[in-house]
Amino acid sequence: MSDTPLLDVRGLVKHFPVRSGLFGHSGDAVRAIDGVDLQIAPGETLGLVGESGSGKSTLCRAVLQLVEPSDGSVRFEGEELVGLRQRELRPLRRQMQMIFQDPYASLNPRKRVDVIVGGPLKLHGLASGAELRRQVQELLARVGLAPEHHTRYPHEFSGGQRQRIGIARALATRPKLILADEPVSALDVSIRAQIVNLLADLQDEFGLAYLFVAHDIGVVRHVSDRIAVMHDGKIVEQGSADQVCERPRDPYTRKLIEAVPVPDPREARERRTAAGR
Amino acid sequence: MSGNPLLEVSDLAVSFNTEEGLVQAVDDVDLQVGPGEVLAVVGESGSGKSVTAMTLMGLTRGPNTTIAGRASFEGVELVAASDEELRGIRGNRMSMIFQDPMSSLDPVYRVGEQIVEQIRAHRDVPKDEARRRAIELLDAVGIPDATTRADSYPHEFSGGMRQRVMIAMALSLEPSLLIADEPTTALDVTIQAQVVDLLRQLNQSRGLSIVLISHDIGLVAEVADRVAVMYAGRIVEQGSLDEIFYDPQHPYTWGLLGSLTRIDRPRPRRLLQIPGAPPSLLSPPQGCHFRPRCPHAFERCPQTPGLEARLPQAPRHLDRCWLESEAKQELQP
Repeated sequence: MSDTPLLDVRGLVKHFPVRSGLFGHSGDAVRAIDGVDLQIAPGETLGLVGESGSGKSTLCRAVLQLVEPSDGSVRFEGEELVGLRQRELRPLRRQMQMIFQDPYASLNPRKRVDVIVGGPLKLHGLASGAELRRQVQELLARVGLAPEHHTRYPHEFSGGQRQRIGIARALATRPKLILADEPVSALDVSIRAQIVNLLADLQDEFGLAYLFVAHDIGVVRHVSDRIAVMHDGKIVEQGSADQVCERPRDPYTRKLIEAVPVPDPREARERRTAAGR
Repeated sequence: MSGNPLLEVSDLAVSFNTEEGLVQAVDDVDLQVGPGEVLAVVGESGSGKSVTAMTLMGLTRGPNTTIAGRASFEGVELVAASDEELRGIRGNRMSMIFQDPMSSLDPVYRVGEQIVEQIRAHRDVPKDEARRRAIELLDAVGIPDATTRADSYPHEFSGGMRQRVMIAMALSLEPSLLIADEPTTALDVTIQAQVVDLLRQLNQSRGLSIVLISHDIGLVAEVADRVAVMYAGRIVEQGSLDEIFYDPQHPYTWGLLGSLTRIDRPRPRRLLQIPGAPPSLLSPPQGCHFRPRCPHAFERCPQTPGLEARLPQAPRHLDRCWLESEAKQELQP
């Protein structure tokens, strides 16, 4: 790990006011993120695990300033993001991209693939004309799609291929950090392995750092250097992937790990006998 | 397995006539489920596992569907049965639960009422007795304070509790077979483990036979007695849980098992991956459907292999692959 973390989140809080009755506030708030600290070094993968409602997706959005944090600090390469204006955020957004869970919902069905993938390049003024076309085709090839399919629309691709399009779009601006929110949970098992391997290859090639968000601690362990476990808006445990999975300290982490099915009948039987089930 | 199978499916084929052409969703499926047995049907989306289950329940019938083959359940031939006969079996002798319990429950009725209605649709019992039975069932599936909760509406339950309500409803007429179609896919991991425990407990305490349909071969290891692996409309391998996990014979099963992430093992840098994607069932490849993705395909593969026992020591371990057993032994990961 280098001296300055790539991403440094301190005391991050996001509360959503709860409305009750016809008008106005009850004064209560949902504490979606409740004082989160985390750091990601360049080229590192931090896995963020939690169940639905734990606040992991809100955390991604708050890091990217897509929702305004209620309190706390988000620094990217030392620069504070909280409180910046949209215009000031734009050059930083180039460095941080996101991949979403649902490859069907996160691509505009009315846009061609070259427009989708080339969009960020155009937006940030990084390429145009023939150069843009060349870069788009290179990106498609890099994520394992046929470059000649650049004029197709999202519906002409399968779920796994669409996730590749989302990855190509995220890669376009050569970011240093990719926030991947459940990037493989909507995919079939055989496709899931392809995407996990692709993300690993891209990391090696471009020195990317990932915040890899998922509910499945098995997948998270596979891809992560370190793991943070989130529960009710708080990080309850954080450590190296091996340490969190082999010697969990927090009871909630233990519960999560015990709930993961063991894909080995003999071990599953032993575990049941030991638990008296 | 003791005695005759409870459910015996042979040569089942289901095709749908669509605007784009004929989709052969299920092709040449053979299955048996014994009394008290848990059979898992594993496959990816589009493999035909749900269509198989829904066909058994008579839920795929329609003007654009062609169903061929036989499926005998407690002596009744399901494929040829009239709609009326099926209504007598469905929910009664054989019931089904689905992935999303919210869409299977009526949001405007209290859950207790829904169970009472189901019981009284099939049995001539007074209302208060049916209600007593509903509360017993809710209690048996682990809903705390069942007497009060019977008067709650579906939205007042969490996802896991709703799935328990669905299971209670499915069991209300004491069926001998429960078909569970991805029953835990929409649930959080910790809740998933509880629902799987409940299914296992119902299987053991009541001798309930279960067909568990799942995309998750890891989950299956926790509960199944036998496993059928489906790919592109066909069963490619079938055997006991241990045979499938410790002596898999089909290259697709190898790929499935190899692509699993294990929390209890040090991680390899790369997962074993199956290249490509499943074929379109509008125009599946000729012969073995897995052939275009199979690293071991050879000249025999354009002919369709039958689902057969190929290991002398394992007569109920079936697979659909032309490779010689010795070759498989060597190639097995």
